[in-house]
Amino acid sequence: MKDLANEISLSIDGDIHRVQTHPGRRLSEVLRDDLNLKSVKIGCDAGDCGACTVLIDGAQHCACLTPAIQADGRQIETLETAEPQLAKRLQTAFLNHGAAQCGICTPGIMMAAMELLRATPHPDEAQVQTALGGVLCRCTGYRKIIDAVMAANQDGSALRIPDQGPVVGQSIPRLDGQAKVDGTEVFGADFTRDGSLLIRAVRSPHYHADFALGDTAVWASQHPAVLAVITVRDIAGENAYGVIPPLADQPALADGTVRFLGEPVALIVGEPSDVEALDLSDFPVSWTPKPHLLTVEDTGDDAPLVHDNRPENTLIRGRVACGAPDEALSDAAHVVTGRFETSYVEHAYIEPEAGAAWMDGDVLTIQACTQAPVMDQEETAKVLGLPRDKVRIIPSVAGGGFGAKLDLTLQPLLGLGVLKTGRPCHMVFSRTESMQASTKRHPGTMEASIGADADGRVTAMVFHGDFNTGAYASWGPTVATRVPVHASGPYLTPNYRATSRAIHTNGPTAGAFRGFGVPQAAITQELLYDELANKCGMDRLAFRRLNALADGDKTPFGQVLQAVGLQECLDALAPHWARAEAAAAEFNATHEDRKRGIGVASCWYGCGNTALPNPSTVRLGITPNGQLKLHQGATDVGQGANTVIAQIAADALGIGIDHVDLIGPDTGLTPDCGKTSASRQTFITGRAAEAAGRALRAAILRLTNLSDLTELTLETGQLIAHQGTQKRVIDLTGLAQDAHGYVLCAEETYDPPTTALDENGQGTPYAVYGYGAQIAEVEVDLKLGTTKVLHMTAAHDVGRAINPLLAEGQIEGGIAQGLGLALMEEYLPGKTEDLHNYLIPTIGDMPPVHSILIEKPDPEGPMGAKGLGEHVLIPTAPAILNAIRDACGAKITHLPALPHRVMAAMKAAT
Amino acid sequence: MTDRHLYQRPDTLNDALAILASGNWQVAAGCTDLFPATQRKVLDGPTLDITGIADLRGITRTDAGLRIGATTTWSDIINADLPAAFDGLKLAAREVGAIQIQNRGTLAGNLCNASPAADGVPPLLVLDAQVEISNPEGTRHLPLATFITGPRKTALAQNELVSAIHIPAAAMDGRSHFLKLGARKYLVISVAMTAARIAVKDGVVTQAALAIGSCGPVATRLPEVEARLIGQPIRPDLITDALVAKAINPIDDIRADKSYRKTGATELLRRTVERLA
Repeated sequence: MKDLANEISLSIDGDIHRVQTHPGRRLSEVLRDDLNLKSVKIGCDAGDCGACTVLIDGAQHCACLTPAIQADGRQIETLETAEPQLAKRLQTAFLNHGAAQCGICTPGIMMAAMELLRATPHPDEAQVQTALGGVLCRCTGYRKIIDAVMAANQDGSALRIPDQGPVVGQSIPRLDGQAKVDGTEVFGADFTRDGSLLIRAVRSPHYHADFALGDTAVWASQHPAVLAVITVRDIAGENAYGVIPPLADQPALADGTVRFLGEPVALIVGEPSDVEALDLSDFPVSWTPKPHLLTVEDTGDDAPLVHDNRPENTLIRGRVACGAPDEALSDAAHVVTGRFETSYVEHAYIEPEAGAAWMDGDVLTIQACTQAPVMDQEETAKVLGLPRDKVRIIPSVAGGGFGAKLDLTLQPLLGLGVLKTGRPCHMVFSRTESMQASTKRHPGTMEASIGADADGRVTAMVFHGDFNTGAYASWGPTVATRVPVHASGPYLTPNYRATSRAIHTNGPTAGAFRGFGVPQAAITQELLYDELANKCGMDRLAFRRLNALADGDKTPFGQVLQAVGLQECLDALAPHWARAEAAAAEFNATHEDRKRGIGVASCWYGCGNTALPNPSTVRLGITPNGQLKLHQGATDVGQGANTVIAQIAADALGIGIDHVDLIGPDTGLTPDCGKTSASRQTFITGRAAEAAGRALRAAILRLTNLSDLTELTLETGQLIAHQGTQKRVIDLTGLAQDAHGYVLCAEETYDPPTTALDENGQGTPYAVYGYGAQIAEVEVDLKLGTTKVLHMTAAHDVGRAINPLLAEGQIEGGIAQGLGLALMEEYLPGKTEDLHNYLIPTIGDMPPVHSILIEKPDPEGPMGAKGLGEHVLIPTAPAILNAIRDACGAKITHLPALPHRVMAAMKAAT
Repeated sequence: MTDRHLYQRPDTLNDALAILASGNWQVAAGCTDLFPATQRKVLDGPTLDITGIADLRGITRTDAGLRIGATTTWSDIINADLPAAFDGLKLAAREVGAIQIQNRGTLAGNLCNASPAADGVPPLLVLDAQVEISNPEGTRHLPLATFITGPRKTALAQNELVSAIHIPAAAMDGRSHFLKLGARKYLVISVAMTAARIAVKDGVVTQAALAIGSCGPVATRLPEVEARLIGQPIRPDLITDALVAKAINPIDDIRADKSYRKTGATELLRRTVERLA
């Protein structure tokens, strides 16, 4: 028999690379680890996501499915090494079209595109879809990718540069985009310190069990690869973390009891190649399985408690009430009632959780994927028993987040590894670990009744939602609070009672996922609105227009609104509604087995934390040598904070965007900008950036003794200010430096003015709301129950579109996730823990999207801007489900609308 | 004794068979099923990689029909110049995962993996495919329907590997079609799939081969329905829910329920035949 290690030769970029490796090792590992070609991303190790797509002799392959030996002697191309001219054209097109958001799928997408463009320089849309069908993207909704690939070989594709003057309102390419499109972006798994050890977790195979660890020291001695075994005994601090401190309950490592499938009980640390290869099935742990609850239905009166201190398995309840809803319902001319059930939904970002950690002096430094660096710092320090200033969090560029990277993921585990071994450590979740361990969208079981008067005006609504919050608290309280506030939808509802309950089970912990329960509630309300409009004999769009909130209207929680752009959104949709209705009727007149339908739904969404302080602080400083530094602590998970915040700061200061040098986020370098959640960064961090820009401008005016600035530039060691024909040149090198090393600096904080809610949920939970409405056009196959979404029209009131290109990217990406929620996504613990059993939309499932940006400025927003990130997902699923019913009569009450459910609903309707 | 880290990639079939006889080896080709089955970075278990055997890849005409080498990939099928009887197989090839998978996955691997949802099985069943099995004593042939004995089970003995798939000349008549039903466009495991090959002479059906996959432990032909179609013009309406239901045995799973699969598969089969009319 031959030696285990074989030498293989790879032809890369004209050179022959000889690598000693096991012949059966994944080529993706060889390329990443041995040849440092880190553009090859690992999303699943199963051929399900295509992030590792490379070209072998010109043909696209998943490197993760290729044994190294099968690449021997062949030509390998990765994004770093592929044909430079074609790569450059693609990169430019991707930047100009906003085709890369987080960027984790971008290298794989581009490699697939290169294969296509060599054979077909000017492909059509269908050719692009087929060529790219094997690469998943969770951020963009694919449409801008299609546009970019089709445009790559068109002449004159130079990188778009901003026009002179203000940049707010301009579709500038994202400022952090180059690294995303050339494959050099450093995600969580792309960086380790020299000598770093690998951490692996031993996880529960049971939903609920007691366990006892055996002699781990003996086990470790039998496995020389193991340098340390870490258990709960190694946790020096408080072994309970969470996002809401009084309810923090999740152990970093379980202590005698596991409450969900995949909960970690121990960590194994050692040299990477040794630990990676370890079979952990003989790890000494004995399990005593206990009865488990997986659904809200399981949590009846006799159900065991998931947490002894939470009676009835209830984590929290929420309530908003006003008027006399029961009386109003009984007096209503028309009443509709319904019950709806949604499933666990997985975030399915293409980057599984990953990161590295090391000691920097006496400071534990963790560079890992996150949406909430400061909370990571606080909670990790708490678990590890360290002072907060001894933990530094450097967010690695996150390959998608959508809410699940708001919780701690591997941060405390990385810290435990470093503290135990004294060595740098790293950890990368497998896809299955990621799906087991990360949070999910709450399954909702919701009932509502809505009444209207004879004229079609909504008079009352009563709503209750039970939300399966899984094993630990996470963001369950936020869902329970946000849902009653938003469940009326953006419609005037004078009599209202909405209640909610977050219920523990042994399912995966449900947390934050783009919309915090509001998308589930909107399905209930918007599907019932269609029934109510029909009962009232009204057009479904006109019914919504009649009831839409307007400036000065009072919400069910007692807030009087300003800058409500919903009516403008619905009016903008009206011509599209008429066109879509006529098109569907024309199709249906000539088709029997397939029918088309249209649906509409609206959204509103409060930007920022609900009725809680959530400030952001931005620092803007000028160095003695004339550099402008923007300390931007808002993590950019692909949505574009790095660009949007910089645009706002540049305009507020009055300087060209090319002068802005971004710093952070990094808890060691940037002030707290809070979490990238709740659609708050453009609004709240944007306001702080605007204030910092204005304050710095004021400082410059004082220094220059000018009353206004018409032009401001920085050169080496100099600040040059103009007011008309007046010119001032300030020698920066002569000015005193502050503690941060700046000669001119402004640091400003903004916290939105909100109030706590009383026992009836009355108050001011948010300072700014965004609004929107979408039309879905679908085609349903009457004999197979399959649904194809043909087109989406989306009108969103963003207040002010800071960057229209990025705003469209949010809309298209949100629609893709809403389409998945409506039609295919259903996470079943223990059954769908990979990306071939858990389905998210592919490039072939996304219809064209027509985005309409409505700008009704909010006086509270920066330059009028409102949040958008979560809003965009909310109307999609109800619009699609309403369109399905319009097409075929199927009333979907259990999501997703898989073909067999549509067929059953069609039968029930006849 | 075979070490779990062993990996062999011989150049000849004889060498491969000798290695196979020496212990408990897993046979690897495109690895599109083997790698997803492990979370590790290296293929786990003693592995015999047959992609180094040049003779095993490619499509050749023989007196008896057509020989498809074991390591022929789905892309090879798509790119090959084949008669219309293979249209269904080509359509199935385009539905295997996406291009990255089609460039790696092999027909024989699809058969040996023996998933109830294997995309290749229904179109090969309607081509009366014979599986060529090599062992140290020589070769034997089994009809595909006999080769796959259950979910993830085949008739292969430990010292055997699939060396080719043969399509008899008699089954290369007519035209074929394939349809796959799933919850998304690409990279999808089917809820149901159907294949049909029909030969027509003087306006009436002379040969009818129908198969359904993902609706039972193994994909299956539908002889009773086929018999109905013979001797008439192509009549999809002769394919009734009741007849199809007798031939398949679907289950409830995460993708669909049993009753949907029965009616859905029937409808899909009607459409498959309709496309050949």
